[in-house]
Amino acid sequence: MRPGIIWRFVGVAIIVVVCALAIWKLPINLGLDLRGGTRLVLEAKDTETVKADDDAVNRAKEVIERRVNQLGVAEPVIYRQGARRIIVELAGVKDPHRAREIVGRTAQLEFRDERGNVIMTGNDLKTAVAGYDQYSRPAVNFELSPEGARKFEKATLENIGRRIAIYLDEELLSAPVVQNVIKDKGQITGLGSMEKAKDLSMMLRAGALPVPLEVLHSEVLEPTLGQEAVDQSKVAALIGASLVVMFMLFVYKIPGLVADIALAIYAMIVVAALVSLKAVLTLPGIAGLILSVGMAVDANVIIFERIKEELRSGKRIRAAIEAGFSRAFGCILDSNITTLITAGALYAFGSGAVRGFAVTLGLGILASMFTAVVVTKLILVAIVDRNPEKYGKYFGA
Amino acid sequence: MESISELREVGALDIIGKRRTYLAISAILVVIGVVTLAVKGLNLGVDFTGGSLIRLRFERSVTAGEVSSVLTSDALADMNLGKAVIQPIRGTCDVQVRAQVEGKPLSDLQVNKIIDELSKSLGYVSLVESQMVEAVIGKELLNKAILAITLSCVGIVAYVSLRFEFKFGVAAVCALIHDTIIVLGVFALLGRQVNSPFIAAILTIIGYSINDTIVIYDKIRENLKFRKKETIEEIANSSILQTMTRSINTVVTTLLAVLALYFFGGASIKDFSLAIILGLIAGTYSSICIAPSIWVEWTLWDKERKMRQVTSGRMSPKDA
Repeated sequence: MRPGIIWRFVGVAIIVVVCALAIWKLPINLGLDLRGGTRLVLEAKDTETVKADDDAVNRAKEVIERRVNQLGVAEPVIYRQGARRIIVELAGVKDPHRAREIVGRTAQLEFRDERGNVIMTGNDLKTAVAGYDQYSRPAVNFELSPEGARKFEKATLENIGRRIAIYLDEELLSAPVVQNVIKDKGQITGLGSMEKAKDLSMMLRAGALPVPLEVLHSEVLEPTLGQEAVDQSKVAALIGASLVVMFMLFVYKIPGLVADIALAIYAMIVVAALVSLKAVLTLPGIAGLILSVGMAVDANVIIFERIKEELRSGKRIRAAIEAGFSRAFGCILDSNITTLITAGALYAFGSGAVRGFAVTLGLGILASMFTAVVVTKLILVAIVDRNPEKYGKYFGA
Repeated sequence: MESISELREVGALDIIGKRRTYLAISAILVVIGVVTLAVKGLNLGVDFTGGSLIRLRFERSVTAGEVSSVLTSDALADMNLGKAVIQPIRGTCDVQVRAQVEGKPLSDLQVNKIIDELSKSLGYVSLVESQMVEAVIGKELLNKAILAITLSCVGIVAYVSLRFEFKFGVAAVCALIHDTIIVLGVFALLGRQVNSPFIAAILTIIGYSINDTIVIYDKIRENLKFRKKETIEEIANSSILQTMTRSINTVVTTLLAVLALYFFGGASIKDFSLAIILGLIAGTYSSICIAPSIWVEWTLWDKERKMRQVTSGRMSPKDA
């Protein structure tokens, strides 16, 4: 073998090893639709007293971050979009429907006297813990901040024998009769279930949202459903790839085998690029990947057909391979750039799952060009070099 | 594959010669597609229309009728779910319910109530997936989708015009529109759902079809350089035939991959795969029979026009 070829083989081998390491070591970032989770598009609304301005939306985002932290999501994605929107993506959260409720709820707690005057709000609480009341009903035990304690002491003193009503987002939770002066501790009952008590205490600890948020769009998927999608995709990918590999082998024989090897390297490069870029793999993304396996052989097919033509026009095998590759390159480039244009448009305007598709499609195109033009050529040249007369005939000349 | 190269030698397959037939067939298909779209309309998914889509998991497989009778029972009468679309998902015990209450997606309270009622008569039910979309967001998404498709087409025309010529670009985009309308028409006819992944499918089809078209264009461009004696029709036809093996092999490998996806990829990816399968077939056909035909027709018409101008003396012969 010529030294130049050996060095190129070393180069490809290094790429393969690096890709294998990346796939082995780095985690695959699965999207919502593959591991379950919650995605919310929230929009801040004005209230009579508070305008949903930049500051209010930022504070709302902070409150959401605190709430999400309490949910224990590994890598929450929370960002603002436009003037009033907040996007929340919680992939892999254990109970995604509950997460949706906790994130989106305003959680404005108000204590009111019988005339409806607000005595204090959730902001006056120092801590809140879920527990049980004396009748073993679920409850939230809270402690007040010094400021809150002063307000509550005054109010309970004035309202002995009367009721103080506790509202959560305008919904009456309970209205106990004040027995004696309360300073710094209290209890909220009327919650229905322990889970609700836990959720409320969690929201109270994180604070109320400064402005209410309307859920414009929510997508919630249970993890089980995501796992099913992963399993099915694996089967489809395996079958699809095997069919393509067999087809190439059947139609193109030795060059087909070379294309199959290039295809395997192609798949490794795409997956390695996905994990290295921390790109999110979604269900349409996997579909794009499977689809691109079918399309990836295209560059090889173009080259092989081109080489056949060059052989027919009377060239020797080595010259035909050289000419075939250089002539096919322009065609491969033009046809792939237009596909990249559509992938770009998809990325720019898609969201979530569709964006994941655009990423895999784009990476797939780039990787397939590389493998066809570099890897396939390298192996073909190496094989033909061993015995030009013998292997030349496999190109169907 | 040998049979195709033999065909080329004897020139038996004259696609460009029959270009008017192909153009007529496609025109009819496109008209049927547009009429179907106009009459039946697309079954837009909740992500475009707004509303809610919930997927419920039962312990046994239930029928749409069973679920419907619960949804329309007195206990849930206030939600007015008579129009809810109930669809059992084949091969699972899951049922998808699409509904809205007074133009709004269902609230958590309403969903819980539905689940409670269903559990009472049909056994344990759990909510495995939900999508709630306000109409505003749906409209935004639809606009974005249309923008993405339009921009792709503009980008493709620009690129192809730059690398080849404007006529090629326009002919290619005509073929793309043809493919898109056929896929949309079939989806309208079957009442399949059009959602965001579908838009991804359409753009993939566009990308794939243009890919095919360009491979043929590339050959035409090359043949135009080296075979000056032949007519435009002859050049276009032999270019199509020279790339035929590649066109067929590529569509077969891609179809193999997508068919695997369609049959084994699970319910949520089925419509997506179907769109791609239809698009692949339409795209391969249009790349072979339509895009070059339009280019040939236009080029011939253009030549004739210039010839007439030359003979009437308005233009010097060297411009023609």
